[in-house]
Amino acid sequence: MINETLVELSRWQFAITALFHFLFVPLTIGLTWILFIMESVYVMTGREIYRDMTKFWGKLFGINFAIGVATGLTMEFEFGTNWSYYSHYVGDVFGAPLAIEGLMAFFLESTFVGMFFLGWDRLSKRQHLMGTFLMALGTNFSALWILIANGWMQNPVGSEFNYMTMRMELVSFSEIIFNPVAQVKFIHTVAGGYVAGAMFVLSISSYYLLKGRDVAFAKRSFSVAAGFGLAAILSVILLGDESGYEVGEVQRVKLAAIEAEYHTEPAPAAFTVIGLPDDEAMETHYAVKIPYALGLIATRSLDGEVMGLRDLQKAHEPRIRNGMIAYEYLTKLRNGEQTPENLAKFNETKHDLGYGLLLKRYTDNVVDATEAQIQMAVKDSTPPVAPVFWAFRIMVACGFTMLLLFVLAFYFNARRQIEQKRWLLKSLFFALPLPWIAIETGWFVAEFGRQPWAISEVLPTFLSTSSLAASDVLFSLIAFIVVYSILFVIEMYLMVKFARLGPSSLHTGRYHFEQKPALASGLRSQNS
Amino acid sequence: MFDYETLKFIWWGLIGFLFIGFAITDGMDMGVGGLLPFVAKKDVERRVVINTVGAHWDGNQVWFITAGASLFAAWPLVYATAFSGFYFAMMLTLFSLFLRPLAFDYRSKIDSLKWRNNWDKALFVGSMVPPLVFGIAFGNLLLGVPFGFDSLMRVTYTGSFFALFTPFTLLTGVISVAMMLMHGSTWLVMRTDADVAKRSANIGLVVALVLALCFILAGVMVWQSVDGYVVVSAIDTMGQAQPTIKEVTTGSGAWLTNYNETPILWLIPVVGIIAPLFVALFLSIKSKSTTIKVLSFVGSSLTIASIILTAGIAMFPFVMPSSSIPSHSLLMWDTVSSESTLGLMLVVVAFFVPIILGYTIWCYKKMWRTVTIAEIEQNSHSAY
Repeated sequence: MINETLVELSRWQFAITALFHFLFVPLTIGLTWILFIMESVYVMTGREIYRDMTKFWGKLFGINFAIGVATGLTMEFEFGTNWSYYSHYVGDVFGAPLAIEGLMAFFLESTFVGMFFLGWDRLSKRQHLMGTFLMALGTNFSALWILIANGWMQNPVGSEFNYMTMRMELVSFSEIIFNPVAQVKFIHTVAGGYVAGAMFVLSISSYYLLKGRDVAFAKRSFSVAAGFGLAAILSVILLGDESGYEVGEVQRVKLAAIEAEYHTEPAPAAFTVIGLPDDEAMETHYAVKIPYALGLIATRSLDGEVMGLRDLQKAHEPRIRNGMIAYEYLTKLRNGEQTPENLAKFNETKHDLGYGLLLKRYTDNVVDATEAQIQMAVKDSTPPVAPVFWAFRIMVACGFTMLLLFVLAFYFNARRQIEQKRWLLKSLFFALPLPWIAIETGWFVAEFGRQPWAISEVLPTFLSTSSLAASDVLFSLIAFIVVYSILFVIEMYLMVKFARLGPSSLHTGRYHFEQKPALASGLRSQNS
Repeated sequence: MFDYETLKFIWWGLIGFLFIGFAITDGMDMGVGGLLPFVAKKDVERRVVINTVGAHWDGNQVWFITAGASLFAAWPLVYATAFSGFYFAMMLTLFSLFLRPLAFDYRSKIDSLKWRNNWDKALFVGSMVPPLVFGIAFGNLLLGVPFGFDSLMRVTYTGSFFALFTPFTLLTGVISVAMMLMHGSTWLVMRTDADVAKRSANIGLVVALVLALCFILAGVMVWQSVDGYVVVSAIDTMGQAQPTIKEVTTGSGAWLTNYNETPILWLIPVVGIIAPLFVALFLSIKSKSTTIKVLSFVGSSLTIASIILTAGIAMFPFVMPSSSIPSHSLLMWDTVSSESTLGLMLVVVAFFVPIILGYTIWCYKKMWRTVTIAEIEQNSHSAY
């Protein structure tokens, strides 16, 4: 039988380590392009201040990058250590984009990141700039392949179940690459990273402007970040990933959960701005709605219907029953009764095998499930609504707040009034956490909203774990929490220290703390 | 292009290639990290040592990541079984690996001896624990690992963490660590001067001799006391990946079957013994020419490749024998991905590996120099 504690602990561990890793990834994705823009200006104009900007923001980038590399290793290990049945069941398909990520993206990024930091004196200007470009390109390729892999989990195209090997196998790699879910997720995620990079530079530059330190340096950094950030936030919002929600059953379920839409409404559906979702009653209490908006956003039309959770669940019930038949014939086939009839019956029903596997939580044999167990599996076939509903709203609120801030920053910067707008500089400084809140809640919506599936309609999450003792995972989970907390403190300590020190940390002799030795000696003597 | 059987064989070679690539590149900076406390006494010397690999350790580490991901893509069952079976050993490796990126990047950011010494210790642990665990794990593969599959191919491992440690596996652990240390020392001899280079040569000389001796000893044990595995039923090399439908027996000295059947293969372990002796010889020369330095590094790389290949060939076609249910052992014939995945990934590897080698070599050439104390003192704010 399924060990529920093991499943819960494995999920917690993956969620914590993945969300922690993704604190650092978006900044890497965004800053690489900002560094490339700054260095391009330096190479084109030859003005030293742009080289200093590249080097200083590069220093902060490096502090972030190192911990991103370290925590990224966990992701590679965990599929095998904690999700070994998953690895077996889908490795044939899912492993390929990960291996391609290594070959196409990580090598490029990691080889040239060394050149970026240590190659300044050993490469020509143009060679170094090319290295920075390749580093940025590698980072973005890496996001592409990870989101192709993740997109396949959300909408598993281009593959087929093979009863002999008892796993999903690759049929069409081009379908996997051009999976519409993967495409929109990629754009949305990298653009989110660009926003994080831009907000990071904007916030810290605002801090220098508020302090009146290194103003020329801060203003130039501010300009780059305001322009880049405005373009990025517009792409994030306009190319939001709900455009992918038309594709695939699980995406439809996720959309209904995001909207807490229990009942199918006549098209075009209203958008629930806020309310209290109640999974027991399958109702949303105190809902405040905007007429037509959901239908327009989700289906991009006036007559497209957005299905409610009740109807979605109702549609899952026959599929679960069909899945029981699939499981029955799968068992026969695997027991050596490979008659043409059994094979035909299995092929007829195998697209619902995943739904049959949902019953594994209640009965190991699947085929002997009682009516009550089938009803429980039907209930399980959609995720709890409230967490998805609220996480989505937090993400959107952060997104629109940032849109407003980027518009104002861009406008006043263009009018050269930014130094006078201290309220805006202060707001920007305090807005620093917004991209991270939006990104983490966004991932939560994407992954929690996919439940109960690890691979949509193919493999339930609870079946995907390794056969470990729950205590093994509890032990490693505690170790992760302790070690990650320590790493986080160290990283933040360095980040804050160097952000406060500003470009003086480059020791060029041109910046704030190097010109007022009395003020700066305390800070400088401890740092290099 | 190729039939399934050929693809399976090519992928056996490619996985080997990627792991050898990892051992030669990342193994080099792991060796450097392990040597750090012994070859560099003063802070500035330590920075010399670290800066010989400062620009390259991250790219090198991708060999490891790619080898792991290729295992996932090409041999998903091996990836699933090994990583979940060796759970605590893998976690230990992972947590040690956290230390390296941070130590490299954070160490010299703060000018405090205590801060730096702590990161040096972290770098040492992060550089030595992974090769030790990998060596012990490889030894366990040779001995067989207790695991089996249920009717839906869910793997269950029935051993314990402490059962991984036996005299034989500790010996393979020492071999693995010695390979990295020897390799790191030949690197430092090429890239540093003065005291650091001298100390590196002295340590490398001893380690190379120890390595040759341990490798011979492990060979004797494989011949005399370690039971190998043999497939006794017919293998359908073109068949689908079904690792539970064959018959396997064990026998003393069975790991030498491939060598006895194809005697030319004996050349590989012979190189594995002779090459480290040459490395020791080169390192013992007092005033080394550039050629001698390069030859010692090449000899060290050759040693690593030969030793890994020796073990791989001994086990062929096994990759992960099961000691509890031998018929569930994983072979390179029956544990692989589908024909379409292997074909696709072969094209991807064939396309990207030459490009990767191209730009990696370019970067090494650009950064090539003898790192000196004077250089570090001049760039104390930008160097690692």
